[in-house]
Amino acid sequence: MIYAQSPLAVGLFITFVLFVLGLSFFLARRTTSSADYYAAGGQIHWFVNGIAFAGDYLSAASFLGICGMIATAGYDGFLYSIGYLAGWVVALFLVAEPMKRLGKFTFADALDSKFNSKGIQLTAAISTLLVSVFYLIPQMVGAGVLVQPLLGMPHYVGVLIVGIVVTIIVATAGMASTTYVQFMKGGMLLVFSTVLVVGVLGRGLSTSPDQGGKKAYHEFKTLAAQTGTDGSLQLSDSTYAVAADWKTGDLGKAGFVRLTKGGVDSVWKLKETGGGYALSETLFAKEFPNGTKLYNGLPKEQGAFFPVGAVKELRIDGKEVAQTGPLGPIGFLSSVKNSTVTLWGKTIVKESDGLTTVYFQKPTSGAKILRPGLKFKVDNATGTQKFNFMSLMLALFCGTAALPHILIRYYTVPSQAAARKSTIVAIAAIGFFYVLTLFMGLGAMTNGVINLNDENMSAPLLALSFGVVLFSIISSLAFATVLGTVSGLIVAASGAVAHDLMDNFLGMKMTDRNKVLAGKVAAIVVGCIAIYLGIIFEGMNVSFLVGWAFAVAASANLPAIMMILFWKKTTAQGVATSIVVGMVSAMGLILLSPDMWALYGKLPANAPISFNSPALVSVPLSFLSLVVVSLLTRKAAVPVAVEAA
Amino acid sequence: MGHGPAVKLGEDKASGYKAKLGMYLFVLYTLAYVVFVGISVLQPSLMESAFMGQTLAVAYGMGLIIFAFVLAIIYNRFCSRAEQRLNN
Repeated sequence: MIYAQSPLAVGLFITFVLFVLGLSFFLARRTTSSADYYAAGGQIHWFVNGIAFAGDYLSAASFLGICGMIATAGYDGFLYSIGYLAGWVVALFLVAEPMKRLGKFTFADALDSKFNSKGIQLTAAISTLLVSVFYLIPQMVGAGVLVQPLLGMPHYVGVLIVGIVVTIIVATAGMASTTYVQFMKGGMLLVFSTVLVVGVLGRGLSTSPDQGGKKAYHEFKTLAAQTGTDGSLQLSDSTYAVAADWKTGDLGKAGFVRLTKGGVDSVWKLKETGGGYALSETLFAKEFPNGTKLYNGLPKEQGAFFPVGAVKELRIDGKEVAQTGPLGPIGFLSSVKNSTVTLWGKTIVKESDGLTTVYFQKPTSGAKILRPGLKFKVDNATGTQKFNFMSLMLALFCGTAALPHILIRYYTVPSQAAARKSTIVAIAAIGFFYVLTLFMGLGAMTNGVINLNDENMSAPLLALSFGVVLFSIISSLAFATVLGTVSGLIVAASGAVAHDLMDNFLGMKMTDRNKVLAGKVAAIVVGCIAIYLGIIFEGMNVSFLVGWAFAVAASANLPAIMMILFWKKTTAQGVATSIVVGMVSAMGLILLSPDMWALYGKLPANAPISFNSPALVSVPLSFLSLVVVSLLTRKAAVPVAVEAA
Repeated sequence: MGHGPAVKLGEDKASGYKAKLGMYLFVLYTLAYVVFVGISVLQPSLMESAFMGQTLAVAYGMGLIIFAFVLAIIYNRFCSRAEQRLNN
C-alpha cells in the first residue's frame, strides 16, 4: 500500500462538513425570496465572490488532475493551467459586466434579455443542464475515487456522501450557502497549497529522495545479461531464474523479460548493448481473468508497488551533485531544467493468463520536461496531432467564460464594478494557484511519491511526505474541492429547471415563495441524478467528461454570448440555432472520436474522424450558424427590449 | 418574464468605453496566447531554448499568467476612472 487511511483526514473532513451544514441551516433562515436563493440577494462582497469564483473553478480536475499530469508528463499538464487561466481573460474583458447587466438568475436570462424567445429559453436551459451534468459526473466519480484510498470505503459511499451533503447545502440556502462554502474552500486551497510548495522548495532536490528522512527511495536495479549458445538468457545475478520463452512470449515481444526470485515474479525492460543486454527493473501490475490483481508479483497489501519519482542526474552550475538543499522558486525550476529526471513509460501487454501493465523507466532531460511534447505530440507531429493540440487549447480558452456555474456567480454581487473586481480577484487567486501547480507537480515528480496506478493522488501523496497532518488537511481539502464545485453546478442546474424551464419557458405562474420551493426541489432531483450517474460511471476516465463539458460549453454557449454582445444583427433564431449546432456538433464529434472508439472496445484507427478535441470545428460552426440564421431571419425578427425588473 | 438584474442597477454611462477597452485588451491577450500555441505547434523545439535561465515554455507560460493579471489591473484602473468621470 502506498497510502493508508488517516483518521485525522476523516476527522477534518467531518468537521468541515458539519461546519458548512451548520452555516447552510443558518443562512437558510435568511433565504426567503428567489433573489436570495438564486443570487444570494445580489449582495455578496466582490472579494468574497472572487475567492468563491476560485472555489467554484478549482475543481478536482484542477487540483488533483493537473498536479498528477505535471508529475508524470511535465509541462503538458501545465498547459491546462495556462489555458484555464487564459479563459478568465475572456470572462473579464468580454463577459463579466454585460452578464451582470443583462441577466437575473441564470445564463439563459442574459441570452434572452433582448428577445423574450421561447427558443432561447429552451435551448439555453438544455445547454446549461447538459454542461452542468457533464461537469457533475467527473466530480462525483472523483469523490468516489478519493474515498476509496483515503477512507477505506467503497466508491458509492464517497459519491453518496458528497451528493447528500451538497444537496443539503444547496437545498437549504441556495447560492448564499454555496458562495460561503466555495469561499472557504477556495481560501484554504490557496493557503495550504502555498504551504506545500514552501515545503517542496525548502526540501530542494535530491537524487535519493527520502521524504525528509522518513522513507528511503527504492533503488531500481540494473542487470547485465548475455545470450547463451542454447538461446537462453544468462544473467549477471544467478539468483534470478529466467522464463524459457523469454524472447518469444508476449512480454518478450513487447521488449520485456519476466524473472523469478524466491517465487516472486519481476518484469525487466530489455535493452540491447554491444553483444548483450542491459535489464532495468520495472513496476508492473497483473490482472488475472478472475479479477485478482498482483502488484510487482505480490498482493497490494505487501507494498511491493513502490512509489516513484526521482532526479537521476542533478546538476548545479554544471557540476553533478547529490542534493541541492533549499531552493527559491526560480532556482528550483532552473535546477530541474539542468538535470535529468526519471519519468515512467507505460505499456499494456496481453498475455494468455491475464493483462500485464508495465511501467518502465524513461530518463528525460529537464529541458524536455519543461516544454510541451511529452503527452501531446508536437514534435514531428502529423496534421491531426497539431489540430488536436490547437483544438484543446481553444476549448480551454473559450470554455471558462461559457460555464453556467461560473456565469451565475456574476449575479451575486451588487454592481457591474463589483462583477469586474470579483473577476480580477479570481484571476489573481486562480493564477496564483496555477503557478503553484507547477511546483506541486514537479515536487511530486522528484520526491518519490507518485503512485503510477493513480497519478491523481500525486498532490495528496506529496503532502503525506511532509507528514500526516498536512496530508490530512490536503486530503480533506480534496473532498471540499469536490463539495464546492458540485454545489455550484447543482445551483446552476436547478436554476435551469426551475427558473428557465418551469417559470420562463412553460410560463408556470408561481409565487416568489413557490419559485424558491421549485428551485429546492429541482436541486434535490438534480442531486439524486448526480449521485446515480456518479455511481454508474465508476471507472470512467474523468478527463473525458471534463473535456466534454468544456467543449460543449465553448461551442454551445460562448458564440451566443459573444454575438449578442458584439453583433447588432443577432436574432433570437440565430442564438437558438447556434446553441443547438454547438451542442450537437461538439457532442457528435466527441462520440465519433478515436478515444471514444477505444472506449467502445473498437480500434481507434477505425473511428470515423481522426481527432479527439472538437472545439476547432464546433466553435466556428456555432458562430457560422448564428451568423447565417441571423441574416436569414433578420427581417422577420422583432427584438423586444425588456427593462430591468 | 423574469429577466433583468437581481438587484437594481443605475445607468452606467461608462459601459461603452469599458466594452471597447475590454475588446482591445482581449485582442492583445489573445495575440499573446495565439503566438504561444503557434510556437508550441510549429516550432516546439524553440520552447526548449533557454530564456532568462528557464526554458522559453516556462517563461512564456508564467508570463501569460502574470500578463493576464497585469492587464486585469490596468483594465480595472481605467474602468474605475471612467465610471467616476462619467457616472458622477
